Formats: sequence, C-alpha cells, structure tokens
Amino acid sequence: MQYQFDWGLVLSGEYREWIIQGLITTLKISGISIVFSMIIGTIIAVFRLSRIKVLEWISLAYTEFFRNTPLLVQIFFWYFGSDSILPKVVKEWLYKQDFEFAAGVIALTIYTSAFIAEEIRSGINSIPKNQIEASRACGLSFIQSMQYVILPQAFRIIIPPLISQFLNLTKNSSLVMTIGVMELTYMARQIESYTFHGFEAFTVVTLIYIAISLTISIIINVYNRYFLRTIRY
Amino acid sequence: MHWDIVWNNFSYFLIGAYPQGPLGGLAMSILLALGSIFGAFWLGLGIGLMRLSKRPYLKYPALVYIEIIRGTPLLMVIFWFYFLAPILFNETLPEATSALISFIVFTSAYIAEIVRAGVLGLPKGQMEAARSTGLNHTQAMLYIILPQALRNMIPSFVNQFVSLTKDTSLAYIIGVNELTRAATQVNNRTLIAPMEIFLTIAVLYFIVCYVLTSISRRLEKQLARYQARGK
Repeated sequence: MQYQFDWGLVLSGEYREWIIQGLITTLKISGISIVFSMIIGTIIAVFRLSRIKVLEWISLAYTEFFRNTPLLVQIFFWYFGSDSILPKVVKEWLYKQDFEFAAGVIALTIYTSAFIAEEIRSGINSIPKNQIEASRACGLSFIQSMQYVILPQAFRIIIPPLISQFLNLTKNSSLVMTIGVMELTYMARQIESYTFHGFEAFTVVTLIYIAISLTISIIINVYNRYFLRTIRY
Repeated sequence: MHWDIVWNNFSYFLIGAYPQGPLGGLAMSILLALGSIFGAFWLGLGIGLMRLSKRPYLKYPALVYIEIIRGTPLLMVIFWFYFLAPILFNETLPEATSALISFIVFTSAYIAEIVRAGVLGLPKGQMEAARSTGLNHTQAMLYIILPQALRNMIPSFVNQFVSLTKDTSLAYIIGVNELTRAATQVNNRTLIAPMEIFLTIAVLYFIVCYVLTSISRRLEKQLARYQARGK
C-alpha cells in the first residue's frame, strides 16, 4: 500500500469548510423535504381512507407507483424531464431559484411522501374503528374527526417509523449529488478529485452519516422505551 | 412528444446491446439484483445468527457491522468499494463486480436484521421444546428454528429484493451498464426526449417491482396460516 494518510488536510482549512458546507446543504435539503413530504404524505393517507372512490384510486396509484420506482430515476425525471410537463410559470420560478436543489427537493419529497403515506395509513388503521364512529356521532365532520381525534392519536404511534423514514430520506439525499447539488457526498467526491485524498474525505463523511443515524436511532429507542408504552386505548 | 425515440431504443433498455455487444439494460439490473440477493442472503444469515449469539465476540462485531452499514447511504458504500478498495489492495475491480460487492455488503446488514426479527418472532417454546428433546443448540437452530423462521421471513426477503432492484440504479454512478445508465446514454445522445425516456424506465422498474410486491403480499397471507403461535 503506497498511500500517505493526511488527516489534517480534511480536518482543517478550506476542505473542512467544504465538508461543513456539504453537511449544511444535506441537512437543509433533508429538512425541507421532510416538511413537504409530511404534508403530502398525510393528505395522500387521508385520501386513501376517505371512502371517495376517485381519491382512493389517486392515493393508491401514487403510493404504489412512487414506492416501486428507484429514487435515482425520479431525480433524473424531475431534473431532465420536468421541462416539458410543468406549466411555464412554475418553470420560470424554479429556474430563478437553484434548479438542482429544487429538483432534488421535489424528487425526495414525492418519493418519501409515498412511504410516509403508508406509515400514516397503518397508523390510522391501528386506531380502533369506534373512535371515528364516536366522533362522527358527536357531530364532527370527516375532516374534523380526522383532525382532532384520529390523527393526533395515530401520529403518536407512528412517530418511530416516521423518524426512521426521515432518516432514510437523509441517507437518500446523497443521491442528489448526481444532479450537482453540493451536499455531503458531492463534497467528498470533490475533495477526492482535487487532492486524491479520497480515503480521508470519505471516512469523515461516512462518520458524519453514521453519527446522524445513530443519534436518531437512540432517540427512537428512548421514545419507544418511555413514551410508547404509556399509550392505551 | 418523441415517443419514437423510446420505441427505437426499447430493446436497448431491455437487454442492452446483447447479443452483438455486452448485456445491459433491465436484464443487467435484474441480474445484479439476483446476484446480490443471493450473496446477501448467506452473508446476512451468518451475521444475523452472530447477532443473536450470546457470545460477546460474535455478538458485538455483528452489531457494529449492522449499525455502520445501516447508518451509511448505499452510495457511500459503493464509493468505498469502487474508489477506496483499490487504494488499499492495489488492485482495481471491474465496475459490475464492485457494484455487486457493495450491494451484497449493504443488503446483508438489512437481511441480518430480518433474520434476527424472524428468529425472535418465534415463540420461545419452540427452542425450549427442541432442547428438551435432546437436540443441542446448533441442531435445534438448524432443524427446528431456522426452517420455521426462514419461511416466515420470505415476504420480508421479497421486499428487500424489491428495494435492491431499485437500488441497482445506483450502479449507474460508477458506470455499470444497467437500465438507468442505458436511459442516460440514450438521453445524452438524443437530448430531446428526457421526459419520455425517464418515464419509460420508471414504468419498467415499476412493473418488475410491483409484480414482486404483489407476490410478497400473497405469500404473506398464505404463510400466516402456518405460523406457530405462542400464547
């Protein structure tokens, strides 16, 4: 092995700044996508349970299609292919922003929201049926009983699987490097091609990812141990 | 709309330049997925059983392996094996081989967790009854626990295979000639039909994965009948 390790190179100066920038971009794109995919995921899940045939079909098609196609293909679709299907106003607005970033957010949001919709649906299904019957009998509308009775309870149960979906999203966000979003993995590649010290850069970045995921799994375990068992019906 | 571009390149999407040239496209993706799931099953079974062991020198290495791999994005694992293994071993691997190794290593950590969940999911009485008939621990595992646990795990394996099939698209990044790469090649050559091309390959992936998902759902229903239950 004729490889000279130079850890100082990655841990100080310009290249450290790159990694920090990359980490910030990773957290930013994950955070934005988490918020949007929660909103869309909840809507899709409620569609599925709305007993209106059209909405049910839309929701089913959405979850099945986006869960069964690779994220990378979806990223390419939105980055290269969205040009011919988006309305002109939306396109102009998107091109004024950082388009790579926006395409990444769209793809990550849609991909993850399909998984989140399934988690939420199973959460709602685990709430006993008489809860919704009782709330409807009290005079609440379907939307109201979802909003005030069912969803608050369902979310408490599905917090652990939801958080692990967020974690998956954070790991999946490494794929947006393929369209040139400068996140953590992109920066590691960049440092590798500038300095040929890829080993150090990749080690540091891998450790950052592992640190993120260990922190989150510790949070889930604590939640499971102390909060989840207090939920009773 | 330029669907004719998709149509003209459709066989390239499916099997690449085969039989005149190397195999590629969807066939390559599926081959990669099959090879990886085969390797990952054996590796994952071993690591899962190590994780279940009470001996610390078996349990903790398995635990560390699982946590590290599951905490790392697949893309990172691919880069490790493609760019960094050559530095350590002074030997470059072909793209397809290093993608295959990355998929096996990555998926085995998830399979190990499936194996663990499957074995822990069996009622305790199964192991106790097996031990009390005079089998030792290994025999009880081999003849009583694993046959039942593995059967219960089949749906999870199929699900893992589905995500692996989707993940093979990442081999594009290091230049393996599979479906996603075929699509980007055609897209770079023609430039006018990105929407049509990527929609088509999304549908191709969807068909493969959806069929597998449906099989897994059906298996789940059928196998539920034979499950040994605790009290």
